[in-house]
Amino acid sequence: MFNETDFDRTKRSTELIAKSLFLLMTLLMILPLLIIIGYLFYKAYPILSLDFLLKNPIRGMRAGGIWAPLLGTLYLIVISLLIAAPVGVLAAVYLNEYARESWLTRIINLAVVNLAGVPSIVHALFGLGAFVLFLGIGRSILAASLTLAIMTLPVIIASTKEALSSVPMAFREACWNLGATRWQTIRHVVLPNSISGILTGIILQVSRAAGETAPIMFTGAVFFKAIREGDIFAYGLFDQCMALSMHLFTISTQVPNVPEALPYGTAVVLLGTVLVVNALAIIFRVYLRSKKKW
Amino acid sequence: MSPKKIEISNLTVHYGHKKALHNISLDVFEHEILGIIGPAQSGKSTLLKVINRTVEFIPSARISGTVKIDGRDIYQQKNVYELRRKVGMVSPLPVGLPLSIYDNVAFAPRMAGVTDKKKLDEIVERCLTQAALWDEVKDRLHTLGTRLSGGQQQRLTIARALSHQPQILCLDEFSIAIDPVTTMRIEDVLKSLHSQMTIILVTNLVQQARRLADRTAFLMAGELIEVDRNEVIFSDHPANQKTYDYVNGIFG
Repeated sequence: MFNETDFDRTKRSTELIAKSLFLLMTLLMILPLLIIIGYLFYKAYPILSLDFLLKNPIRGMRAGGIWAPLLGTLYLIVISLLIAAPVGVLAAVYLNEYARESWLTRIINLAVVNLAGVPSIVHALFGLGAFVLFLGIGRSILAASLTLAIMTLPVIIASTKEALSSVPMAFREACWNLGATRWQTIRHVVLPNSISGILTGIILQVSRAAGETAPIMFTGAVFFKAIREGDIFAYGLFDQCMALSMHLFTISTQVPNVPEALPYGTAVVLLGTVLVVNALAIIFRVYLRSKKKW
Repeated sequence: MSPKKIEISNLTVHYGHKKALHNISLDVFEHEILGIIGPAQSGKSTLLKVINRTVEFIPSARISGTVKIDGRDIYQQKNVYELRRKVGMVSPLPVGLPLSIYDNVAFAPRMAGVTDKKKLDEIVERCLTQAALWDEVKDRLHTLGTRLSGGQQQRLTIARALSHQPQILCLDEFSIAIDPVTTMRIEDVLKSLHSQMTIILVTNLVQQARRLADRTAFLMAGELIEVDRNEVIFSDHPANQKTYDYVNGIFG
């Protein structure tokens, strides 16, 4: 009765092949990442030190540290997120929770999806035209952050909407049945249950904002600028700044005779910055979840 | 006969181009249990959604006709939240909000502005007791409501629906996800609530309407076929042959 038929045997080997294939693809995906990180660290090892982080570049960016670009990148990330996150999340809440299906919301949704696919250089030109020239902000951290915010906004809206719509409709109906308003429902049930998805979406945009060179090149980033070392308030909102991504581009392609470890060190710090921000977000998420008593 | 609690006249509901309810006129009397039976897609759930106006959350819904509660047209009423607190609603599948048992029951009072801890404690105990759940959960009020068993969760949703002291309690096929023993317990709960409120019981189980209801309405394809006292509906000679056929399992 329990004898294996040919069909059963085929099924079993197909199962094995499928599983191995999936495993192989997973390994193929992880391997390059590990190699990249390992290689970067290996090449950057001689230069990595606290001084590297806290000193300005010197001798035409051929020596010294990366304090000015590191701080510049942090400014750009934080300010662009302060702009994009609230606007994006609130817009997504409106689109997902309040807006009725109409031609207008369909156009908005279409625009959001399409904007997410616009190349960053186009955002850069828009930022140059709109913020630097038209609004007269000038090339500055503010203009660059606004440009980055515009670039990340559509993806934040899309991912937030995704997180919100993953909360079952039945929860909302239960709340409405109990006499809760839409806002009470959103505040007490929808947001608490989608906050980790929302945060994940936002955090993914941090790495994009940190890594992009094009949008900030025209709007606020400069090749070189010395700032006070160790002072985290060294930049003002209307100053121009250095940025890690731009600095990496400069010392790898524009400046001759740069010691090899320098660009690798910069890359490691750029990677590290993104990882630290991600880690902070994970800690924040765990904290939020622990408050929810489940 | 007791006074009319709900008066529905010429009610028609469309979802987009689809007609969900067609020209329904139906009265519900105070302190009665009205059973509503009918095959799937007959508009039973829509009827309940009309009574607490949650039908308005469905973007494509269009409503015509009047619905009065205590003589007042509810679709002219500004304070829809007040209306929804007057009408308790229990959905087919128990939807425990992802909150603790306590917070589930305290949700509606809190949303209505009750903050006094002692008062909330009282409400939670009263409602859980009324829903025959208190003894089972009194030691773990602060564990997650969704961890309870299906039957317990359904009683939790009933407790929650009672938390704002509704005058009307609507139940939409409350027993489809729970076992017969729990169903009987909840039916006992409903019988005990009978004297305090008007109950509308939408059910797939013809026998449940027969056991519990004072009167029963038979809906089919969005039309009210017949509504009458149970003695008539479940007799050999209801006014409409379709009612007889449905009640006796000849179709449906």
